[in-house]
Amino acid sequence: MNIVVCVKYVPDAQSERSFEPDNTTERESVDGLLSELDEYAVEEALAIAEAGDAEVTVLTMGPEAAAAAVKKSLQMGAHKGIHINDEAIAGSDAVATSRVLAAAIDKIGGVDLVLTGLGSTDGTMSVVPAMLAERLGLPQVTFASELSVDGGTVRIRRDGDVASETVEASLPAVVSVTDQINEPRYPSFKGIMAAKKKPVETWSLADLGVDAGEVGLGAAWTTVVSIEQRPPRSQGEIVTDEGQGGAALAEFLTSRKFA
Amino acid sequence: MAEVLVLVDHVDGTVRKTTTEMLTAARRLGEPSAVFIGTGFDAARDTLARFGAVKAYRIESAEVTDHLVAPAAEALAQLVERTSPVAVLLPSSLDGKEIAGRLAIKTSSGVLTDAVDVQPTDGGVQVTKSVFAGDFEAVCASTHGSPVVTVKPNSIAAEEAPAELADEVVEVTVSDAARTARIVERSAKQQTGRPALSEAAIVVSGGRGTGGDFGPVETFADTLGAAVGASRAAVDAGWYPHSSQVGQTGVSVSPQLYVAAGISGAIQHRAGMQTSKTIVAVNKDPEAPIFEMVDFGVVGDLFQVLSQAADTISGS
Repeated sequence: MNIVVCVKYVPDAQSERSFEPDNTTERESVDGLLSELDEYAVEEALAIAEAGDAEVTVLTMGPEAAAAAVKKSLQMGAHKGIHINDEAIAGSDAVATSRVLAAAIDKIGGVDLVLTGLGSTDGTMSVVPAMLAERLGLPQVTFASELSVDGGTVRIRRDGDVASETVEASLPAVVSVTDQINEPRYPSFKGIMAAKKKPVETWSLADLGVDAGEVGLGAAWTTVVSIEQRPPRSQGEIVTDEGQGGAALAEFLTSRKFA
Repeated sequence: MAEVLVLVDHVDGTVRKTTTEMLTAARRLGEPSAVFIGTGFDAARDTLARFGAVKAYRIESAEVTDHLVAPAAEALAQLVERTSPVAVLLPSSLDGKEIAGRLAIKTSSGVLTDAVDVQPTDGGVQVTKSVFAGDFEAVCASTHGSPVVTVKPNSIAAEEAPAELADEVVEVTVSDAARTARIVERSAKQQTGRPALSEAAIVVSGGRGTGGDFGPVETFADTLGAAVGASRAAVDAGWYPHSSQVGQTGVSVSPQLYVAAGISGAIQHRAGMQTSKTIVAVNKDPEAPIFEMVDFGVVGDLFQVLSQAADTISGS
């Protein structure tokens, strides 16, 4: 079975964030890493591979530094990596991202399962898996908190806010997984050493047959008009409980008409 | 006046609050047309009319309801084709965002998710959204097609504006490709009798500091008529269900009042509650980062503080 895991290189959420004059995310000064939520997809692919026979390819798009996301996935145990690196990609929105990833998955060919995380930790839109499925003409079974592959069928559990659903589809399919599905492994020393010898291919848009005019900031179907930093919340009254803390809390809530 | 399509969020015809908020936003842009997928329209009709829906498109085919999102996206795409709406509004739920993603590709339209405000502009639509864990507010617009916008629950105040509603049963064609992901089983979440987390005016959440005992958190929540949430640490420990998790990988809430009990306030948690109007925290650790953002905080043992507060409120 051929599994492709789509991963994203994101700015560290703990760092100071800012924006460029064109309202895109400032990435230069911020350390990046493999999006934490994608580790669950990599782990799930590895678990499937270990239980049966599968090749796990990790796919990313982004600038030079995004190679780190591929490297981390290979260290965890993925077999090979593909990095789409092209200047024209900068500023791409979800629509363009899905265009590029779909073209890459087509080029890889013979893919049985496309795995993704539930969303990126920077953009957090969670729409790319659905867009990928739409473009590839594949079923999507998304937000899986449990996943099993049996023959040509994938079955998941999906926990929504009003119901829990069991969804199944025949392969090939696009599947996104939540952070409830597993506990991602840390790369072992052996894994880190082995990753150095694993093949990583770098593809350009031309390699994919995607026109540069279809992607990037200029081709985005959405635009950021303005961005403002929310004024930091100022700290209100803090009391230390010396026997009357609960009463003080009750008084605050009553004064604000919550109680 | 041009139409604005609103995908009705409902459970067997019981319209969820998000729908009334979306109808309110839709009225700013044009004439709201509700798109009702599934059964139970008769139960929903009055609410939809009361909040200003002028039309309702009813899609009742089991082909749409028994499958995951793809057929709903096809149905909406057919309505977009027919009505050329100013915008399509959907709830920012798991399903809503995915239908939006597919619809955007099908109709060559820009998609904007998690809108906390929706306003008309010259011939278009602008939305406001919180980004980077709520540290920034971005105003965004779609530049292509009929903007597809998912609206975050509890962000726009629903206002009634009664309208004469005309409904129409719409037959949609669902492709074989869209029927490939089948829902084979569906079990409704256990009812707690408390308001839904994403829609609640007050949320009381418990974290690591509860040590696994959510009793005081639940009692305090019930005193205030609040929903109960949990931090990721509490969910990971198996103390509370994942569907109650507040934060980046759970539910993002924006209530009038948020009470964090025994939660330190890591960025992943703040991302899910930072836009709450009033924030209160109870924590043993005076250095907990959550205190930096509270309107009122109590440094102390949550078991004692919450129970005393509940008793005081109940007694008064």
